[in-house]
Amino acid sequence: MRQGSTSQNRGLSDKVRKSKAAPEIQKNPFEVKINRKKFDVLGRKSKHDVGLPGVSRSRAIQKRKETLLKEFRAKDKNNKFIDRRFGEYDQKITPEEKILQRFTLERQRTQDRKDMYNLNEEEELTHYGQSLAEMEKMTDVIDSDSDSEEKGLLSAELTATHFGGGGGLLRKKSAGDEDEEHKPKSRQELIEELIIKSKQEKRERQTQKEEAQELTEKLDQEWKSIQNLLAHKTPKAERKDETDKPKVLKHLRPNTEAVSEQGGEKEDDDGDEEGGEKEDDDGDEEGGEKEDDDGDEEGGEKEDDDGDEEGGEKEDDDGDEEGGEKEDDDDAEGEEEDEEGGEDADDEDADDDHCDLQSDEGSEDEDAEGAEEEQVCAEGPPAVIEEQKKAAQEAAKAELPYTFTAPESYSDLKALLQDHGSDQQCLILDRTLKCHHPSLAAGNKAKLQKLFGFLLEYVGDLATQNPPDLRTVSALIPQICGLCQMFPEAACKAVQTLLSDSGHSMEETLEVKGRAPMPDLDMLVLLKITALLFPSSDFRHPVTTPAFLYISQALTRCVVLSLEDVCKGLILCCLALEFVSLSRRFFPELLNFLLGLLHLTVSDKLCVSEILLHLIKPNELLVFYNNKHAWPVISSLLHLLCLCFRLSLIDSCLDLVKRCTSLYKDLPSFAHIFQPIRTLLLQHLPVEGYPAPIQDLHSEILDAIPEQPSQHAPLVFKKKKPIPLKLFTPKIVQILDYGKKRGNTKEEKEHERLKHKYKREFKGALREIRKDTRFLARENVYFSSFSSSE
Amino acid sequence: MAPSTDSNVKGENSQVSYKKDINTKTDRVLQNKKHANDIFDVTEYLQSEKDKEVIFATNACSKIFCQLFYRGDLYVGDLPEEEDLMNGDRSAEEKYSIFMRHRYNNSVELLLENIGHKAFQVKETSLCALMKFVAAEGKHPLQNLDLSEHYNFPRELLRTLVEHLLSENEDMSLLISRFQEFLEMDDVRYYVMSSVRDNIYRVMGRNKKAVIPVYQNNVFALLSTINVPSSEASKMKNFLVKQECKFVYYRGIEHKRAFEQMWLVFLKFKLPSNMYKKILVILHESIMPQMSDPTLLIDFLSAAYDIGGAISLLSLNGLFILIHKHNLDYPDFYKKLYSLLDPSIFHVKYRARFFHLVNIFLSSTHLPAYLVAAFVKRFARLSLTAPPTSLLILLPFICNLIRRHPSCRVLIHRPSTAEGPCDDPYVMKEEDPAQSHALESSLWEIKTLQKHYHPDVAKAAMKINDPLTEQEDDISELLELSTFELMERELKAERKTIPLEFDTATELLKSSREVLGVHFSLE
Repeated sequence: MRQGSTSQNRGLSDKVRKSKAAPEIQKNPFEVKINRKKFDVLGRKSKHDVGLPGVSRSRAIQKRKETLLKEFRAKDKNNKFIDRRFGEYDQKITPEEKILQRFTLERQRTQDRKDMYNLNEEEELTHYGQSLAEMEKMTDVIDSDSDSEEKGLLSAELTATHFGGGGGLLRKKSAGDEDEEHKPKSRQELIEELIIKSKQEKRERQTQKEEAQELTEKLDQEWKSIQNLLAHKTPKAERKDETDKPKVLKHLRPNTEAVSEQGGEKEDDDGDEEGGEKEDDDGDEEGGEKEDDDGDEEGGEKEDDDGDEEGGEKEDDDGDEEGGEKEDDDDAEGEEEDEEGGEDADDEDADDDHCDLQSDEGSEDEDAEGAEEEQVCAEGPPAVIEEQKKAAQEAAKAELPYTFTAPESYSDLKALLQDHGSDQQCLILDRTLKCHHPSLAAGNKAKLQKLFGFLLEYVGDLATQNPPDLRTVSALIPQICGLCQMFPEAACKAVQTLLSDSGHSMEETLEVKGRAPMPDLDMLVLLKITALLFPSSDFRHPVTTPAFLYISQALTRCVVLSLEDVCKGLILCCLALEFVSLSRRFFPELLNFLLGLLHLTVSDKLCVSEILLHLIKPNELLVFYNNKHAWPVISSLLHLLCLCFRLSLIDSCLDLVKRCTSLYKDLPSFAHIFQPIRTLLLQHLPVEGYPAPIQDLHSEILDAIPEQPSQHAPLVFKKKKPIPLKLFTPKIVQILDYGKKRGNTKEEKEHERLKHKYKREFKGALREIRKDTRFLARENVYFSSFSSSE
Repeated sequence: MAPSTDSNVKGENSQVSYKKDINTKTDRVLQNKKHANDIFDVTEYLQSEKDKEVIFATNACSKIFCQLFYRGDLYVGDLPEEEDLMNGDRSAEEKYSIFMRHRYNNSVELLLENIGHKAFQVKETSLCALMKFVAAEGKHPLQNLDLSEHYNFPRELLRTLVEHLLSENEDMSLLISRFQEFLEMDDVRYYVMSSVRDNIYRVMGRNKKAVIPVYQNNVFALLSTINVPSSEASKMKNFLVKQECKFVYYRGIEHKRAFEQMWLVFLKFKLPSNMYKKILVILHESIMPQMSDPTLLIDFLSAAYDIGGAISLLSLNGLFILIHKHNLDYPDFYKKLYSLLDPSIFHVKYRARFFHLVNIFLSSTHLPAYLVAAFVKRFARLSLTAPPTSLLILLPFICNLIRRHPSCRVLIHRPSTAEGPCDDPYVMKEEDPAQSHALESSLWEIKTLQKHYHPDVAKAAMKINDPLTEQEDDISELLELSTFELMERELKAERKTIPLEFDTATELLKSSREVLGVHFSLE
């Protein structure tokens, strides 16, 4: 009975939940449990001040019944019966409806089976509510034929029939009119006609294709014959991809022109290409790589001694071939254009080539055209080709290969570049850079990084050789720049080592001899390159700051013994000025040196001791120029030249001083800095003897330097923000969780919070599990008692 | 030794026959007095053209005469003339000893001449032989001992030796450095010092006030090698000639006095300027501490101080010791120091030493403010031409001075003057720091250096923008900084990113701010 009562209870609670509306329950003081608060906190709203234990319990039990109990019942049972009859479990449908539906379904099923093979009977198909069968009788509507409209080609007729305004109803009338005129043509006939038409088109296309095929085969044959002529070799292997054609074409096209035009210059150029091509073939075939035609395209590998390298290259190409031939061709195109740019070939060729390349995959028609062109080529007199071949062989030697191995040592680089003109050296470097781009292979980065160092060394060599080849150095600058942009760290290291080495050797000579010679031209060039590569206006820079120091050292400690030294010193001054021109930073050594140089122009030595030249400098007057006694008669041309040289040196010296005055005019001690120069220029420089431009410069400088030092406000410390007084404002600490879980740091707090949350969840889960077991136990008891009672 | 060489000689070919010859002669002379005349042949070799023969003969001579000294076969006392030898009524023994003494004197003369020989080995062996003779003579005196003279050191021989060492024509520094080993011995050193003194007197007196660079170099080389044992307590034990009783040179004070006199005599005469530098560099370390009364150097030092330039800078060190330790009063010391400051101080070799000393001189907090301000302002003005290494010393140094003398703070902070810009009242040309108006000026030069190209210099100059910290900067480690070290410091600094120039260059002489290309072209 007890069980019965519990079941009753349960039923009661359900009833309560179901029947009574929520507000009613909430008002019922017996249902409501008020959670007592310890403290009343103003402004805090709590969700849980009122609880409805009865309602929530019944809700929980209901939920368990729906989920847990079902699972429990299904426990240890593998299958179950599912009644698939219509609406079996649907309680919303009344039994009558259910029966009706089931009946209709049954009927439908039987009908389907029956209708399967008799299409047009009984069942009516409709379109826009009209019977399709009726529509078909009108016959003017042409059924779309799936065959005819393949590849989405819609003829005007078709589109008209399908979509031509209106709909079936509108068309009916016009169709009817037509019918009156062409009575004999039934719908069936129309369809047939259409089919025939499309078939005809198809056939035409087919024949076209075949023709093209034939032409290509013909071309192949021709090509082989030409090849025989060119290479004196057995014809190549039979396989000839369509894709190879354009490349071959590209090489042959200029040839045809050469034949037709007989232009001398052209012939030469073309010959080059052809020769290259031919020899490539030789190389390939000797190598036994019969199937690999890409080698031709890559071109010029015949000079490439490195077998490994070549092999790798070819493998690469094969990969490309498989992936996308287009890409490969584009590469080739690029190279081709490079080459032509170098050889001054006409642009038309390049354009044509381009077309060929573009079209090689799209339509084969153009290929066919190409083939025809080639035929023309083949018809050209073989003798001319022979001649060209000889010329080409010679010219091919001058031709640069397309790939280079990255130099492993300085001597490699030197060997690579030495015997070429500056343009070609650039080209070589460009190509080396391209084929060793870091994205191509893993080791390339290191190779190119080394290359930068070698390049600098090479530049140094060029500068030191006699006569120095500075044009080439200048031409190489873009490459050096590019490398530097690619690897700033390596470039920085390389320049640093050079600076450090040179600085060290200078220091050593200074220690041993007490004086050092002026740096050589290679160092000057390096400094110039440094200024080009790295920003000299940075407050501190790993390369330019040492370079500054190097210049300073050279300007203060190096001896000026000859006009050459003066020249070097002036170059250093120019560099120093360039270094500081943007940042307008103060360079005392520069001014000292210029002052020292100006002293050399003065004949009376009295003034020298006055200012005391601390620059180690002999007092012999190297740049002395005077019309009084030093050069009484300009005896020879040499003297005249010497004189001009001196004058030009004086001129640049004064110009530098002028630049300095404009650069430093904002410095507080501007007047003090330039006072020695001013007195020298004003009192001692033999201006009268100089030509007018120098005299102008001289007066300009004197104008720029004020006689009296400018006025300045006395120095004061920088104004500082006053330190604020201590105020008693509360220190606000954000509290994430109320309670005692307050760590010191944010992480600790977070950790504490998570721990707390976990604990709560864990407890909650435990409670739920307990309730579940209790619920199941109760159900068990109920179920067993229920079954036993039955 | 002789027999062994003999056997060797037999094996050798004829080229080395002179060895055999000398050896047999030597043996014969020593074996029997009958063969005394063979000594002529030996001494003849001393004048030979060939260096090897000379060396061999020198060794033989030293062997023979040392043996004779040992036997007492050399005549003792005043030597009669060789011509009188036959006339006199002497025994054969006596005649022999007189004869041998003459030969000895001859060979000594030859050896002394050989000290001026071209080949260094000859010089060296001659020197060693002579020093052996000195030792032998000391042991077996050739003069009759006076009772009044308690010592029997061969002063005369040493004197002539020193005279030859201090050649007027030839640089003997190498041989002198060889001679140094003998100077370890106290008696030798003592007598060398006195003979050097006499020698300088004589030589310099002869060339009236003229400078003899070679001679003075030699003297300096010899003098600088002489080291008197420092402490009084340490006993003189190292002697070439052992004596029974105590003599003058047993006492350290006597040595010091001799040392002092020697140097003073040397410094009394006019010296070449590089000699000044050499002396001044070692003066405070190796000369002054060994003198009994260093204040006697004041004449020399003040003379050097007045010369100007680097010599003045160097003499500061000695002067400082005198002022500091020996209570010397030097009038206008600071004024002179002030006038020493010119742009060259940043470029001389002794820059570190100079700044070290100036730092010491100006370390006193009792100096008047005007003086310190004048120094500061002058340094600042000079800094406009200084290289970065000097600036890195100079700027902290100036800051230190201002820290030490808070009244000089007006140089970098003058808030009271309401009137606007003004001229620089400082007078650079004024010799007297008191008249230079430095205290009324400001350090605009340092302000200028804030725009210096070197980052460290600019940073150091920036410090005057804010009130200086209490702590002084340590400049001692900056003193020896060279440009290359500075460069290396920059090169070794780890940098994460390397900025590159924004504009990429296309040509060598074509950039946005081209100066070089204006004046020069690529040809």
